[in-house]
Amino acid sequence: MAKVSVSNLSKTYGKGNQAVKPCSFHIADGEFVVLVGPSGCGKSTLLRMIAGLEDITSGELRIGDRVVNDLDPAERDIAMVFQNYALYPHMTVAKNIAYGLKNRGTPAPVIEQKVREAADILNLTEYLDRKPGQLSGGQRQRVAMGRAIVRDPALFLFDEPLSNLDAKLRNQMRIEIRKLQRRLGVTSIYVTHDQVEAMTMADRIFVLNDGRIEQVGTPAEIYHKPASTFVASFMGAPPMNLLPGDYNGNGSVRLNEETTIRIAEPADHKGVVKLGVRPEDVSLAAPDDGVPFQIDVVEELGANRLLHGNLAGHPFTVSVGKESDATPGLAGLRIDPSAIHLFHPEEGRRL
Amino acid sequence: MKRSQFSHISLPILLLVPQLIIIGVFFYWPAWRALHSSFYLEDPFGFGSQFVGMANYTRLFTSAEYMKVARFTLFFTALVTFLALAISLLLAVKADKVIRGAKTYRTLLMWVYAVAPPVAGLVGVMLFDQNIGIITEFFAFLGYDYRLGVSYADTALAMIVVSVWIQIPVNFIFFLSGLQSIPRHVREAAMIDNPSGFRRFWEVTFPLLAPTAFFLVVINITYSLFDTFGVIDTLVKNNPASNPMTLVYKVFVDGFRGNDIGGSSAQSVVLMVLVLALTIFQFRLLERRIHYA
Amino acid sequence: MAVADSYLSVSQTAEPARRKRRGVRLSTIADHAILIAGALFMLVPVYLALTTASHEAVHIQREGLSFGFGDDLVKNFDAALFAKGGFTGAITGTTMLMNSFILGVGFAVGKIVLSMIAAYAIVYFRLRFATFAFWAIFTTILLPLEVRIVPSYEVIQGIGLTNTYTGLIVPLLASATGTFFFRQFFLSVPDELVEAARIDGAGPVKFFIDILVPLSRTMIAAIFIIMFVYGWNQYLWPTLITTEEGLFTLVRGIRQIIQAMAEGSQIPEYGRMMALAIIAMLPPVAIVILFQSWFVKGLVESEK
Repeated sequence: MAKVSVSNLSKTYGKGNQAVKPCSFHIADGEFVVLVGPSGCGKSTLLRMIAGLEDITSGELRIGDRVVNDLDPAERDIAMVFQNYALYPHMTVAKNIAYGLKNRGTPAPVIEQKVREAADILNLTEYLDRKPGQLSGGQRQRVAMGRAIVRDPALFLFDEPLSNLDAKLRNQMRIEIRKLQRRLGVTSIYVTHDQVEAMTMADRIFVLNDGRIEQVGTPAEIYHKPASTFVASFMGAPPMNLLPGDYNGNGSVRLNEETTIRIAEPADHKGVVKLGVRPEDVSLAAPDDGVPFQIDVVEELGANRLLHGNLAGHPFTVSVGKESDATPGLAGLRIDPSAIHLFHPEEGRRL
Repeated sequence: MKRSQFSHISLPILLLVPQLIIIGVFFYWPAWRALHSSFYLEDPFGFGSQFVGMANYTRLFTSAEYMKVARFTLFFTALVTFLALAISLLLAVKADKVIRGAKTYRTLLMWVYAVAPPVAGLVGVMLFDQNIGIITEFFAFLGYDYRLGVSYADTALAMIVVSVWIQIPVNFIFFLSGLQSIPRHVREAAMIDNPSGFRRFWEVTFPLLAPTAFFLVVINITYSLFDTFGVIDTLVKNNPASNPMTLVYKVFVDGFRGNDIGGSSAQSVVLMVLVLALTIFQFRLLERRIHYA
Repeated sequence: MAVADSYLSVSQTAEPARRKRRGVRLSTIADHAILIAGALFMLVPVYLALTTASHEAVHIQREGLSFGFGDDLVKNFDAALFAKGGFTGAITGTTMLMNSFILGVGFAVGKIVLSMIAAYAIVYFRLRFATFAFWAIFTTILLPLEVRIVPSYEVIQGIGLTNTYTGLIVPLLASATGTFFFRQFFLSVPDELVEAARIDGAGPVKFFIDILVPLSRTMIAAIFIIMFVYGWNQYLWPTLITTEEGLFTLVRGIRQIIQAMAEGSQIPEYGRMMALAIIAMLPPVAIVILFQSWFVKGLVESEK
């Protein structure tokens, strides 16, 4: 049975601004789902509707087997970790963690035990008597998580919890959160704008754009079979190269007079298309061996190199290994036909 | 407004009721009464009141005495505002500049805020007194016979000096905090561009201080008009006679001494309109101030 | 090479600093002079009040105010506090001190409680009535007490609250300043705090008591100081409302003294008067000085 069931859920703000367009999905028990998308795409709004912090305009929301549309956040058996931690500044770490239990009338000795356990899991035991102001960002985030796990809820909600941390800490915490969730087995919904977090942490990713869920799938599915140009360009860094072309209906797309690309899978659509290929799915060859490619800039990343240049009159990026000796100038590209994605030129959907 | 609000209904109403009741009874009701009474003339023998329309108002504006008080109020307000602001600005700029003893100076200059106007007035009565006043002695030294309570100008001088004395701390605090909130890098850039301290002040610091200054002008005007009651009452020793007084004081005198409820109410309403204009002006200024920030 | 270079750079930086210090010294002296003059202007009147409080009234009458101290400091203060005075002979300085204290604390506490809960209702609840309430409260900024003094007195008289502590304190609470201030402060509290509290099962009352009030501690202290001073220093309203001497505050008592001075045929008791004035000044001034940083913070924040 699904842990979270959403049916035609939508959110419209007063002036007719539809922040979340009607959507339906299920989330399985114990699943770690990531809602990812650019600012303003509605992912936070969706999360907050599930949390009960935003009113639901239409549709039905179930947590477990209860319809929770009209329930207060406190009654939905959820816990939430906020971007800015939202710790109570005047309370000690222990009191912060205990507050939710206290309000539910949990007896003191039980509270104490649970707080201790949570602190233990998160390595916070020595900080229990400190106030949030005395802690570092990473420690505060752990306290926020402690507050969530101590309640043993049916659902964890994360609202961009790592955005305020520096890059190194973020990478560290990503792994910790994932490990913790696997250990506790609590269904989790995680919101972020960072596609790396989405890819590395999710069991399933929901890609949102402009209030709509564009694609739902495992990280691999999303990456290798993006359902639209938006998903294709949003997920993966550096982003997928997208070029306009003309599909002849029979295995090749013409980019311009000189350049024609062979594709592996036929598509129904004939005529103008958007062609997509990831920078790493292209290999470099001699100038006359493959599609002509003008290299303008070579970016050295250490582990690999990015070649930015021009292919058939459009900007194009290629990712090559560190042993490549590419320099600015003319080169040739060999593109694996099975690595090409075709998209509808206007609608952006996968063909 | 807040992103997340509670949806309870009875609780917030309950919380608002005490404040609203008090305001209703002690603000709106008297204000309405004043407005109402200003259109009536009370029978001196207490047999009721008679509707007289704008008669109270016309009587006011044709009264030489009222206009005299109005003129004095204008003069007094302008002078006190200017002096209080100028002196405290000077002190604030200096206090901001010196590194040693800044905190001590701040303490020494701001404590007077806590002195009640009538207490200051009392001390003023002492200092300006006929027989024992130091300032009177000083004037005598200069060959001038200073008479508090007798000479109009002399009493006015005392009122102005004491009122300025009381108001300097508030202005000082605001100016100082305004100065200290000017970002350091702006000042450093100014120092590089402009070695002359005086010019630097007028061209860089003062414009940045302008919002605070405008705000204080309104505060000071309000203060001079209304909060100087204690000073005036004390200096004239509760005996207005032919002493200088402000419009607010006259409201009190006519209302409680003269028993002229109609006239006093009319005066109140005139002042209400004045304050209304001032406050609207101040809020317009505040809005623009937010744009500055 | 490197060592010689560093020697060069050291002397180069030292020069301008020395030059600067010499030039600066002159203007710094002028700065300090101005500040000292300002401080003296603030302090001398009160200093003279203190010296006057140390002399016999006759001495003052004869010699005028002096900068030196006499021997009667304790005697005058004693009289100011404990001798019975006033027209009915019933009031002592100590009673007035207590009344001032009651007014100051009563007003401050009343103001803080009323305005905090009103501001809370306006900010944290989705209530259309709240907008109306906000504007109703906001309008009180428009008219200070002095402008509606006569009808306000009549209202109190009508209710029969003259010469009571209630009549003294409650009407003063009819203003918006506190509510505005707390409203502004509450608006600056992060939204997420409420959300986390809601998820933690805190209803509006729990949130207010457990979280909002502790968060506002410094602000409450700052406002308390300002309101206490304001209440303590009230003059016009107590003058009208309290005619029974038993209810006089120190500041109100001053008025009585002035009247006596004007009408009396004897030499006014300068020493005792000044002692009383000093007593009237002391508590507010002490609080403002001791809690300076909170006071300044509260003043600057609240007037905005």
